[in-house]
Amino acid sequence: MIVETGAFALILALTLSVLQAVIATAGRLRRSPVLAGAANGAAIATAGVVAVAFGALIFAFVVSDFSVANVAANSHTDKPMLYKVAAAWGSHEGSLLLWCLVMTGFGAALARAHNLPFGLKTSAVATQGLLGALFLAFTVFTSNPFTRLNPAPFQGESLNPLLQDPALAFHPPLLYCGYVGFSVCFSLAVAALIEGRANASFWPAWGRWVRPWALASWAFLTVGIMLGSFWAYYELGWGGWWFWDPVENASFMPWLAGAALLHSAVVTERRGALAGWTTFLALLAFTFSMLGAFLVRSGVLTSVHAFAVDPERGMMLLAILGGTAGLAFALFAWRAPQLKGGGMFAPVSREGALVINNLFLTAAAATVLLGTLYPLILEAASGATISVGPPYFALTFVPLMAVALLILPAGPLLAWKRGDLKGATQRLAVAAALTVVMALVAYAVFDPRKALSAAGIGLGAWLILGALAETAERVRLFRAPLAETLRRMRGLPLGAWGMTLAHAGLGVFVLGAVVETGYRIEAACPLAVGQSVQAGKWTVTLDDVRVVEGPNYLAEQGRLSVSVDGGRTREVTAERRFFPAGGQTTTEVGLDFRALDDVYVVLGERAQSPDGAHAWNVRVWWNPWARLIYLGPLIMALGGVLSLLDRRLRLAVGARKAA
Amino acid sequence: MRRALLIALAAVGLMAAEPPPAPDRPLPDAAQEARAQRLFDDIRCVVCQHEAIADSPAGIAADMRGLVRDQIAAGRTDKAIREDLVRRYGDFVLFKPPVRIGTWLLWFGPFAVLLAVGAALLAFTRRKKTETAPLSPEEEARLADILAAGQLRRDPDAKRSDD
Repeated sequence: MIVETGAFALILALTLSVLQAVIATAGRLRRSPVLAGAANGAAIATAGVVAVAFGALIFAFVVSDFSVANVAANSHTDKPMLYKVAAAWGSHEGSLLLWCLVMTGFGAALARAHNLPFGLKTSAVATQGLLGALFLAFTVFTSNPFTRLNPAPFQGESLNPLLQDPALAFHPPLLYCGYVGFSVCFSLAVAALIEGRANASFWPAWGRWVRPWALASWAFLTVGIMLGSFWAYYELGWGGWWFWDPVENASFMPWLAGAALLHSAVVTERRGALAGWTTFLALLAFTFSMLGAFLVRSGVLTSVHAFAVDPERGMMLLAILGGTAGLAFALFAWRAPQLKGGGMFAPVSREGALVINNLFLTAAAATVLLGTLYPLILEAASGATISVGPPYFALTFVPLMAVALLILPAGPLLAWKRGDLKGATQRLAVAAALTVVMALVAYAVFDPRKALSAAGIGLGAWLILGALAETAERVRLFRAPLAETLRRMRGLPLGAWGMTLAHAGLGVFVLGAVVETGYRIEAACPLAVGQSVQAGKWTVTLDDVRVVEGPNYLAEQGRLSVSVDGGRTREVTAERRFFPAGGQTTTEVGLDFRALDDVYVVLGERAQSPDGAHAWNVRVWWNPWARLIYLGPLIMALGGVLSLLDRRLRLAVGARKAA
Repeated sequence: MRRALLIALAAVGLMAAEPPPAPDRPLPDAAQEARAQRLFDDIRCVVCQHEAIADSPAGIAADMRGLVRDQIAAGRTDKAIREDLVRRYGDFVLFKPPVRIGTWLLWFGPFAVLLAVGAALLAFTRRKKTETAPLSPEEEARLADILAAGQLRRDPDAKRSDD
């Protein structure tokens, strides 16, 4: 009964979504507040009804109702409760329902926004309704998660054990909030192009309206990608955290476009300039989101992350992507030349710096797009197969971003309209000097000596110091009495703190990524019980191996001790798990967190040691500063949240007070 | 009973499902082994999904690692080893695609995009100089009105018929 309610709710949601689009369009054309209000109501109702459907699906998983095909294919009675719930979004159908839930949820939030002008809001609600209807129709007609099985099997086939992991239980919801949040930016951009207001005051206001949605989506996406990367790091057992895998790239493209959008929207908001460009990026971010959904789900790419693949549905997704993005960009091409420009600015100015930021972020996104799609295009065109992996991105993406990051700290120090490059340079002199010292120290201290890695460490330090220098400048640190500095600190808007945090977080990430990549040490060796292997300064000894029984798996569990000269010895457990339900084995990495470093231990297959005893292949990595790789994005996302909380952006709250 | 069955299944799964590949034998010379490890990162396991042979547990990846080590031990250069692998498995086997006519767009595309977007943004900012008219006092007042924090309200011309 509950499952039928879910199926019904899903179809109802589709109907409501279509109504939302139609009524909002009619309301806009007739300028009828009544119709527009009805469309807003439909948007809110759609979100509620999709939530009911999603709840019904979770219920079916919780009670292991194997008469539902999706549950039978992805669950098992022995599975822990967290993964029964998480399995609801572990498959193609379920994750698509989650996509729809997030999309209609953001649609409802858009419908409740009080501050938008009538025309813009109604057009945006119509666009959002159309997007929702397309994805709901795709779900209902090709990927209905409520399809029944008759006869129902007694037991399910279980969720892919790689996905039975806490990080992965929370990764998709956060990632989707990011991906799909950009749909509101898309709708607002389409609406702005339709309304095409000629008056110059429209675009600054539009920049302010679109920015909170972009900020929220970008912050969600940052944490979502970070969790996915962390999952790959400790679940795949390869010692790495980013493989330039097509699915990773698919999530990275909207992130890059979203980051560009955030910055470009600031220029539009403050100066009314770059209106067309900001609109373009708003369209691009969600287009990349849809492209990612298509790439991941269609199976056109091979990836270690793709778990819900179906070529036929891929064609439908391609049609949705082509239709919506095609129409939106056609609209853009038609309307963009008519957009009124904003204020003028000199090349050396805050606007100029943000333009350069956009230039490099866009080129970086294009690089990721090329690297991801090129093997497909080349194979289709000439039949030649190539692989594009980390070495390609190291030669293209990394230098592009390095130049962008080098320029970054100067941006916030330049004034709007016409900046003072000499002044900015002087204010960054201390940070620059410290950066050079740090890079030299890094070159001398880290073993082996690597000039490029030391330069990378300098770059990370430069970002952090540059962000701090900018804040110090704003609060007149050491140049005014302490009381004055404190007063200024209190007076700084949250948005300024948010920017400082986000930029410093980027620096923290760069430090972690550079040090981990440049100085990681790996060792692999068959070990019998009692033997040990050396990775850099760490000695890892295999103490004991035993068979343990988990809720739905059996595992060989190795207990290993990690010791270091002059430090405490610590125990880690590494497992090889066997899941009888699906016949798969997975590795559980043993992680010893040592300050900023990870000692990463993988227990492999049984092997013969050279003297003929029972042994296990043990691989050990020393990943220096690996913690920063995950800390950095968290700080960046926190910066985004702070900016979001800034009074100037809390539009709905202000409106409510006024009402 | 169930437990015994599970253990039996696990024994099959953990040990006998596939014959474990022979453990890697690192080269005795540390410098040669380091060269081998660097090569492993750039060579794709031909049966896996986007995995380097450095990471892949597949049997063929172990064979390929052995092959690379043998060739290094035999004194061949990295370039010769890569060429040999490409002859055997095609360009697919290298994570760094070759630079030839078919991949020019791939290799030089990013920098072309940088130039193209730069030109587009330059055009955007140039064009504006001729078109921008300063805001009228009335428009300035409306802008301040819209942007003023805490005073946001419905668009005053929402019901205007010529909107």
